[in-house]
Amino acid sequence: MERSLTLIALFAALVAALGLIPQLTLAFGVPITAQSLGIMLCGTILGAKRGGLAALLFVGLVAIGLPLLAGGRGGIGMFATGSAGYLVGYVLGAFVTGWVMERLYSLPLGLAAGVAAVAGGIVVVHICGILGLIAVVGLTPVEAFFADMSFIPGDFIKAVLAAVITGALARARPASLLSRA
Amino acid sequence: MISLTSPVETRAHGWPAGAKLGVLCAATVVLFAVKSVAWHAGFASVMLLAYALPGAAFFKTGLRRLWVLWPFALLVGLWHAFTGDAGHGAVIVMRMFTAVGLANLVTMTTRLSDLMQVIRWLVSPLRRFGINTRAIELAVALVVRFTPVLADKGAALTHAWRARSPRRARWRILPPFMLLAIDDAEHVAEALRARGGL
Repeated sequence: MERSLTLIALFAALVAALGLIPQLTLAFGVPITAQSLGIMLCGTILGAKRGGLAALLFVGLVAIGLPLLAGGRGGIGMFATGSAGYLVGYVLGAFVTGWVMERLYSLPLGLAAGVAAVAGGIVVVHICGILGLIAVVGLTPVEAFFADMSFIPGDFIKAVLAAVITGALARARPASLLSRA
Repeated sequence: MISLTSPVETRAHGWPAGAKLGVLCAATVVLFAVKSVAWHAGFASVMLLAYALPGAAFFKTGLRRLWVLWPFALLVGLWHAFTGDAGHGAVIVMRMFTAVGLANLVTMTTRLSDLMQVIRWLVSPLRRFGINTRAIELAVALVVRFTPVLADKGAALTHAWRARSPRRARWRILPPFMLLAIDDAEHVAEALRARGGL
């Protein structure tokens, strides 16, 4: 129980800390950060339940006003911007990443982590993000799709990184890899 | 504690946090129901007036936080000007501007401890299902403590890399960073257990 709790809190803090790593900024001032990498790692390392809870904790803290998003953004106002769908997607995405990871037991670890990161961290997060752009910002589905697509290439790099990091961690601290415990 | 609460003390700081969030929800529902440009212009002016009331310092901080919306405003504005539906575009931009403005107003005038109280009240029904809600509060405290510690460790690793290599560190510091972080979490868990646990 204590171990689950500290690991969940740690991964929520990790997602926040990854937002502080100097970022590349895309056109329109929209930042590409390592934060979505943190979401993928929540799932691939902690598994579905704990990974989802870690992401939920992170998003909850953003909602109550801690400046944990990249660029020191936060507050409940984030849920009225185009980021709303992505924030919800973070929670679902971390859960799905962990769920897929737990199902792909027979695959080699790195490959399983990569597939899980793409399924949860890219597919689920971006579907939620597009729905958010449609519902909150009022874009049409086609507009939302194209606005979202600009993030996809960076996210594939992050999925590969998530696989590499999960593999490295499995070798160094096999007992901490709760998704395969 | 680092948070987005304004250091400028306003009268709204004393209002109950739950009520402020309730009003915010109601206001957001109204904003999404109203479709006329004139009404939205009115709402936006009222929101700006609310920022101006506590004084210049508060107004400036508030506007700086709303400034992050300009990429969206530009994108939506240009698109609707292009499709010839400028009125609809103006409504979307103003609605988002007002909704985010009001929500930031709640964030700026509510202390983190007051918001935690609301969260505590919201999760209290979970106790009936045997969920330990104290664990949630402890988890929040841990994240607030872990975040700066992790950021420092990341910076230390980056410096160590720079001391040894002319190239930039980039992702190569991430595996050791994760290792340090996970070992820390395991130590904290052990310390918690040693002190009687949850």
